[in-house]
Amino acid sequence: MSKRSTWALPYAIFLVLFVALPLILIMVYAFQDGAGNFTFGNFAKFFRDTDAINTFALSLEVAIENTALCILLGYPAAWILANKKLNKSAVTIVLFIMPMWINALMRTLATAELFHMLGIQLGKGTLIVGMVYDYLPFMIYPIYNILDRMDKSYAEAAADLGATPWQVFWKVQVPLSMPGVISGVMMVFMPTVSTFAISEFLTNNKIKLFGTIIQENINSSMWNYGAALSLVMLVIIGITSLLQDNKKEVSGGIV
Amino acid sequence: MKKFFAQCYIWLLLIVLYAPIVFIAVFSFTESKVLGNWTGFSTKLYENLFTGNMQGTGSLMTAIQNTVIIALIAACVSTILGTVAAIGIHNMRGKAKQAISLLNNIPMLNPDIITGVSLFLLFVFLHISQGYVTVVLAHITFCTPYVVLSVLPRLTQMNPNIYEAALDLGATPFVALRKVLLPMLKPGMISGFILAFTMSLDDFAVTFFTRGTIGLDTLSTYIYTDARKGGLTPELRPMITIMFVGILILLITINLRKIRNSKTDRE
Repeated sequence: MSKRSTWALPYAIFLVLFVALPLILIMVYAFQDGAGNFTFGNFAKFFRDTDAINTFALSLEVAIENTALCILLGYPAAWILANKKLNKSAVTIVLFIMPMWINALMRTLATAELFHMLGIQLGKGTLIVGMVYDYLPFMIYPIYNILDRMDKSYAEAAADLGATPWQVFWKVQVPLSMPGVISGVMMVFMPTVSTFAISEFLTNNKIKLFGTIIQENINSSMWNYGAALSLVMLVIIGITSLLQDNKKEVSGGIV
Repeated sequence: MKKFFAQCYIWLLLIVLYAPIVFIAVFSFTESKVLGNWTGFSTKLYENLFTGNMQGTGSLMTAIQNTVIIALIAACVSTILGTVAAIGIHNMRGKAKQAISLLNNIPMLNPDIITGVSLFLLFVFLHISQGYVTVVLAHITFCTPYVVLSVLPRLTQMNPNIYEAALDLGATPFVALRKVLLPMLKPGMISGFILAFTMSLDDFAVTFFTRGTIGLDTLSTYIYTDARKGGLTPELRPMITIMFVGILILLITINLRKIRNSKTDRE
């Protein structure tokens, strides 16, 4: 069976060409000027560009607020869904998962149109509410998954040993469900920090997020600056994914 | 009492979550160009959508076609590429296995915009003119890792002796592959295919960066340009409604069947 390992070769070549090389190219372009000479100029430009810095800070702020709100609203929902005494219906679970399957742009557009019709001024408030709409299912699903599979005997044991229900929740269930929360944070924080179309829809182009700035630079052929900004984003993503290390097993199995 | 509050919370959240889509669905049954303006019940928008009798239809219909064709090609290619790769990776050891698994994880961890920008730079660097082919290649790039990860667990759970037994009993490696290995991998391949297909349907950012300037539109990029122009094409309302109802029915039937099966298993 061992020579079967060569079967991975086509995909290995594919990965090098379409995954590794493009990422290397981001780095190469980020450290070059328009003429192809090595420079730190693109990063210097970013740190001097107050507009870009402010947008960057705002993106992080929006992403953190969105993630926090999703945990706050999503954790209780996931907890109720996983609790057989409080919720027997499988349909509610499907209803919470389903938005993940619908095109995000469509859902965002529908949300923006609803705000518009209700006469709500589009701005930062609608941006955050709209994002919570978009990403809440991605927080609920991993937390629900881990709570649902959690061995119930831990909670029973804690109760037998005299813990109050409140203590069982905070000292047993919450710590055990942390991997689910971390996957949820990954699935919410990263897309929010990098989104571009969604923020434009929800604020009627009034508020720009970091993704929009990257897109504008790439589209107006400022590839080097765009690549430098992408690299800044990659660093943020890298830092966030350190949170996750090898607790990945919760994410699979959506089908 | 506790149960009552829990159910209230769940349903309140669901009502709020689904309000926008229900709103779109309601207003898909009226003719008004402006959303939120009810001008009487009508199925005209649905007729327009199916007969293609509307302004700028050509482009909406082409966008839908492009979306489906791209998703089908990307899902088929990534299922084949990913399954073959998974068999290879399963039989690998040590450093090489770690390296390929790491590379395989990158497209899933990367935000769409980074995948899009990096592939854009690749095509610029290689002087490949962007269009249909580059979009399909880009979609294969971010779909295949999901297929690999759906097929690999099937391989680890499989008893390798069954395959060996087929060979001992005189099957050629090809027959053993077709009659033994593939049937066992099939569930993984199917869920990989479905994941790849939906990822491709949903994609916006990667398509946006790799479609070039030839005016290629998928549903997502069509909606994006449409919304930026100001008014939303009214025919998108029935479109969104149909997709929503379709997915709802599909998911509920799949999940109810799953639950019923697990119940009969227990009995």
